[in-house]
Amino acid sequence: MNIQTTLQISLKTSTQWWQYQNHAVEILFLSRNEEADQSWLVRPRRSHDPSGLLFLFRLTAEDRTMKLIILNDYDQASEWAAKYIRNKILHFKPGPNKFFTLGLPTGSTPLGCYKKLIEYYKNGEISFEFVKTFNMDEYVGLPRDHPESYHSFMWNNFFKHIDIRAENTHILDGNAADLQAECSSFEEKIAEAGGIELFVGGIGPDGHIAFNEPGSSLVSRTRVKTLAKDTIMANARFFDGDLSKVPTMALTVGVGTVMDAKEVMILITGAHKAFALYKAIEEGVNHMWTVSAFQQHPQTVFVCDEDATLELRVKTVKYFKGMMHVHNRLVETPLSQQK
Amino acid sequence: MPSNKSVSDAPISQFTNCRILREHTLQREDLWVREGKILDPEKLFFDEQGYADQQVDCEASIIAPGFIDVQINGGYGVDFSQPSEDVTAGVSLVAKKILEHGVTSFCPTLVTSPPAVYHKVLPQIKVHDGGPHGAGFLGFHLEGPFISLEKKGAHPERYLRTFRSGGIEDLMEAYGSLDNVAMVTLAPELPRSQSVVRELCQRGITVSLGHSVANLSQAEDAVQHGASFITHLFNAMLPFHHRDPGIVGLLTSDQIPAGRTVFYGMIADGIHTNPAALRIAHRAHPSGLVLVTDAITAMGLPPGHHTLGQQVIEIQGLHAYVTGLPLPYSRRWLINDEFVS
Repeated sequence: MNIQTTLQISLKTSTQWWQYQNHAVEILFLSRNEEADQSWLVRPRRSHDPSGLLFLFRLTAEDRTMKLIILNDYDQASEWAAKYIRNKILHFKPGPNKFFTLGLPTGSTPLGCYKKLIEYYKNGEISFEFVKTFNMDEYVGLPRDHPESYHSFMWNNFFKHIDIRAENTHILDGNAADLQAECSSFEEKIAEAGGIELFVGGIGPDGHIAFNEPGSSLVSRTRVKTLAKDTIMANARFFDGDLSKVPTMALTVGVGTVMDAKEVMILITGAHKAFALYKAIEEGVNHMWTVSAFQQHPQTVFVCDEDATLELRVKTVKYFKGMMHVHNRLVETPLSQQK
Repeated sequence: MPSNKSVSDAPISQFTNCRILREHTLQREDLWVREGKILDPEKLFFDEQGYADQQVDCEASIIAPGFIDVQINGGYGVDFSQPSEDVTAGVSLVAKKILEHGVTSFCPTLVTSPPAVYHKVLPQIKVHDGGPHGAGFLGFHLEGPFISLEKKGAHPERYLRTFRSGGIEDLMEAYGSLDNVAMVTLAPELPRSQSVVRELCQRGITVSLGHSVANLSQAEDAVQHGASFITHLFNAMLPFHHRDPGIVGLLTSDQIPAGRTVFYGMIADGIHTNPAALRIAHRAHPSGLVLVTDAITAMGLPPGHHTLGQQVIEIQGLHAYVTGLPLPYSRRWLINDEFVS
């Protein structure tokens, strides 16, 4: 048994026996502190080895596996995601010389998550003073103060309610004179900030991440994209149903840009996203379903509600639901916050 | 400090936890102010990368624009229709007092008076902005003397006038100077009134229809010539009749030129108009409703005798009477706040 081997834990019985590769191991104690990841001191229970051997397993909650977090409904999924982000930031302990870099999405899916984060800020649980944000995309040619621009979205739904400074927010400028230069400069800004710690995103019904429509290269970088007809039609509802008013181009981070992040969290709620989720995690990596690229990312979390799992295999759903008690540790209120 | 100073160095205040009256609703938004001007916080954030120097917790209060009173005859012992030597002092006193009730601009109103009064009073004050010292002066509202005999209300009959030539001479003869005048109330059925309406509108003076027995077409005619206001709807005009709605019919008239709105003043004290009538008017034409006080000298003072131009008013309880005349010539003398809810 190796130290730092990843471990798939499943609770066998109500006793304290845990299973690891056909060995029953006994949890001797659980140590949790703010600095270290959760670690268990375990001893294999082998009848032919009465002295026992003690092994220290550094079982990180941050397994090198995809985590599929399944909550009952949209509100619970939003809350879980918000708590995860909160805990990540707190754990990071950002400061004036150490900013937490966060990638952010727009759309109806993350609204609940933003609301919860605002609530945590208002409760004093978290501050965004030392957080840098990078948004995924923005329309081309839409005035910045247009109610449907992503600048307006972020201001109204997030920035104006929290204590983030404007110079720490970064949203692509769809009205830049040289769009390609704008995209390159965005990539540079991410690099200057030290890369992204956690990139939060959503998924389109066609499996796209940001505006990386089907067919986008899985190693793409920030660039100008022409929007697919489906996307334009889906967006028409925000422009009084008038197709001619919907922007036809957008600036977007590439799949490769998001893959560079240390960790990725994808929010997926609603039955209309179920097929895309299936394609993303149960089928192969495919540029027609660009979210599938994250199967090759070392640390991805998919947060979804029951409806989004409707196209998954029962086995997959049961497996990950069975892991919830472990995954829920990731969203517990940190000791420092507990009164 | 709190911005990249691309626009201004001045400190920024953010009023939080408040409800802002905007676009006919109470919105839960923060109000951002710098140097007396309201800021667009989104612009401040993205363009200037600014944030607030100080935050003020409004404790869920309402923030609303200041009230504008376009019909107020005086108050606190001041009667605007008196030919005083120092009109400025009287207007300033009232201006300061009404500030406490949320009125930040007003039109001192003169009731029907002899020409000497107008000639004396009107030139004394220029239009000026308000401030902490008192509400802003928007210009005089001249209610009369070109009004109908039958609907004179509490105006003195002997000073009513008609249009002799229908031109600027009539106005100059009656009023003297029109420089500081914001609004004139007249009866459109008076002969030769159309040209007068046009003349006043050309000078940027709002023409208001009131104290009149005009029928609907006469009223519509006046609107087409430029009239845009109705003085205290329902009072001192023919009542609504289903075959000829009269001036009241302007609220739903289809003869109003495109792009124009007819506004109507309402005295919402429960005495001048029945609240049900007020609601009918509001439902028919909500965007035209303007609350006015039509307050008199006695406002803010205890019962007794006061003047209203050339008349004497007696205050009894909550009612005011022109001496010797009973209701319906009474006027409410209490102050603003009760109207607004």
